[in-house]
Amino acid sequence: MDLGVKSTPYTSSNASWKSAADAVPGRFPAGLKVLVVDDDPTCLRILEKMLKNCLYEVTTCNRAEVALNFLRDHKNGCDIVISDVHMPDMDGFKLLEHVGLEMDLPVIMMSADDSKQVVMKGVTHGACDYLIKPVRIEALKNIWQHVVRKKQHELKDKDLEHSGSVEEGDRQPKTYEDADCSHSANEGNWKNSKRRKDEEDEAEDRDDTSALKKPRVVWSVELHQQFVTAVNQLGIDKAVPKKILELMNVPGLTRENVASHLQKYRLYLRRLSGVSQHHNGLGSPFMGATDAQFVSMSSLNSVDLQALAASAHIPNHSLASIQAAALGRATSKSPIPLPLVDQRNIFNFENPKLRFGEGQNESSSKQVNLLHGVPMNMNSKQLSSLHQSALSNMNMHTHPQTSQSSSLMMQMAQLQPQLRPQNLNDIKGSRNGIEIISGPQYTSHPKPSTSADFTSQSKDFSGNKAFPLPCNSGMSGAVMKGSRAFLPNYDVLNNLNQSRNQEWRMQNAGSSFGLPQHSSIQRGLDVSSSLGESRILPANKASLSLVEGHGNTPNVSQHLNFPAYDKSLRSKAERLPGMGFQNGLLHERFGQEDLMSALLKQQQEGMVVPVETEFGYDGYQLDNLPV
Amino acid sequence: MERQAAYLRNALFDQGYLDEQFLQLEDLQDEANPHFVEEVVKLFYTDSVRLIQSIELTLKNTPWDFEKLDNIMHQFKGSSSSIGAKKVKKECSQFQEYCNVGNVEGCIREFQEVKQEHAALKRKLENYFQLAREAR
Repeated sequence: MDLGVKSTPYTSSNASWKSAADAVPGRFPAGLKVLVVDDDPTCLRILEKMLKNCLYEVTTCNRAEVALNFLRDHKNGCDIVISDVHMPDMDGFKLLEHVGLEMDLPVIMMSADDSKQVVMKGVTHGACDYLIKPVRIEALKNIWQHVVRKKQHELKDKDLEHSGSVEEGDRQPKTYEDADCSHSANEGNWKNSKRRKDEEDEAEDRDDTSALKKPRVVWSVELHQQFVTAVNQLGIDKAVPKKILELMNVPGLTRENVASHLQKYRLYLRRLSGVSQHHNGLGSPFMGATDAQFVSMSSLNSVDLQALAASAHIPNHSLASIQAAALGRATSKSPIPLPLVDQRNIFNFENPKLRFGEGQNESSSKQVNLLHGVPMNMNSKQLSSLHQSALSNMNMHTHPQTSQSSSLMMQMAQLQPQLRPQNLNDIKGSRNGIEIISGPQYTSHPKPSTSADFTSQSKDFSGNKAFPLPCNSGMSGAVMKGSRAFLPNYDVLNNLNQSRNQEWRMQNAGSSFGLPQHSSIQRGLDVSSSLGESRILPANKASLSLVEGHGNTPNVSQHLNFPAYDKSLRSKAERLPGMGFQNGLLHERFGQEDLMSALLKQQQEGMVVPVETEFGYDGYQLDNLPV
Repeated sequence: MERQAAYLRNALFDQGYLDEQFLQLEDLQDEANPHFVEEVVKLFYTDSVRLIQSIELTLKNTPWDFEKLDNIMHQFKGSSSSIGAKKVKKECSQFQEYCNVGNVEGCIREFQEVKQEHAALKRKLENYFQLAREAR
């Protein structure tokens, strides 16, 4: 690692740095710390030189494990990671996941392989960019934007949390000299992050209550569990950062840390419920579930999910068992009365099954085969294995009620993939479910079939504090997300959405339900949305592997995922809203068969371009990290 | 000498041995790294020997592991493209195509092409670097 970079500006005060930056605006990203991972020594050498020429600080690595250890040992030693896809010791996507989970750094993938599947895989795994080899220096010049963007999103979340509204840039004027000027705003962001890094380089991660600083708190599994426990104790409505902080009683943790984490958590819950991410307080209705409600709903699968959601700790196996139970119940149940439907709706995957009975299942399974082919088969196998593992490892951390619901939830999550075709075929049905979930207000609602409906529903959700399934918000959110995600499957954009939903789900699952849920749900989603999307499957597999672990290990991963995915997804999610609507509209137009044909058609047409542009797959410059 | 070196270099581009990626390498060469291009090319040829040997070893084992062959060739292609070895890269792609369809004969034939182009470029670049060094 030779420091061939001018790091002086960054070690000096912000003011001097800023003035230096002002004097030479082109020098702004200089000093960005880049970690390059590539098993090809030729490429590594070339990249190193290119990044150094961009005035970045470069660290090179030819093995993924070494890179991970480096990142773990040097918390602030890196701003962005560039990794090759094909490496002998570890798959680049796996490294990408690890980095996203553990360090929450932006990761750029690169490969000589430019096939759409691989690029999409990068997107679904949370890569912030994908470079095609041979990499040109122009592509590396702008990679700093990923770092800035990420920081801006994180700060924005914090701002939202502080202001308690969806006001953006509320605090930015305070933080940045010129909020209007993107460059200086970037500089401001950059400055803050750099200042923070400089000051906290060797210091504790959690410190400083200044709103201008964003200490990088690593939300470990334990910490996140403490957080969730505190939130649940207070009740999502009353869960304010100050009280959460008091309950958590973690030295060194600031109110700001908790606030931003809470914001992300709320967004996560919202995503689970399929609500627009910009609805504050959405989490509240969902989290407002009471034990009484849980008890009354215990007879329903949805109740289990709620309980599971309430417990916020759903082991993988419990999830599987829930699914198994749900499956068992699904087959024996006849159409459920409306009040119950609400609950069922939450668990989209289950509702269709319950509603339509065996016939539907058959048709859906047919569709499933048609749609998913091999992936579905794999899914069912995975599901069955998950069921078995879940059933055999029913160590519910939650109380009996929740455990029961957990099993149901797991079942339901597993059912998701199977039910997806049904969902697709019967958008209305799933929508009904979603509508119902949102509360009585929606029962009389005509069945919307667009994503816009989802948005409006979500709005209602936020306003509906009497929502019966508050605690299930996590689970129901997952379910709803699943159903919503299903719809977009037939669209490339949908795939993106799904992957994002899945990622959100993973986050959520991690934070509230443990790995099992996530993996099963995600698998379902992956399968349904796979359609050749390799991106989702790996993510699911990753979650699956985590899920099928034992004890707290999966949960740990989940928790780690939560903040990491949260951030990466957040930035991506912000770009998705339009896509989500597109997806919904798209689905609206298609009937079941149309969807399938459209889906297949889209596959053939390879409508990946919009997705790619969505993520801005242009080259970015990487920082040169001293090796 | 300088003119000869320049002539040789232009010929490499004109004849399709090198593409614009080589220009990128040249752009990276500066006072701090005056022999950067030559160093990288040397690095490539050292590392690519390993890859070629790996392919040859895999070709000896039957039944052929096409996936493995494809993986190795993918690496080789990535490496070649990073130094701008245009012809080598093209032959690598061709090899991969034969791999994908399981065309054994095509693979064997194409592998010979890859090695030939690989060696030819090495000779030419060595000549060029020598001339360039003498010209300085």
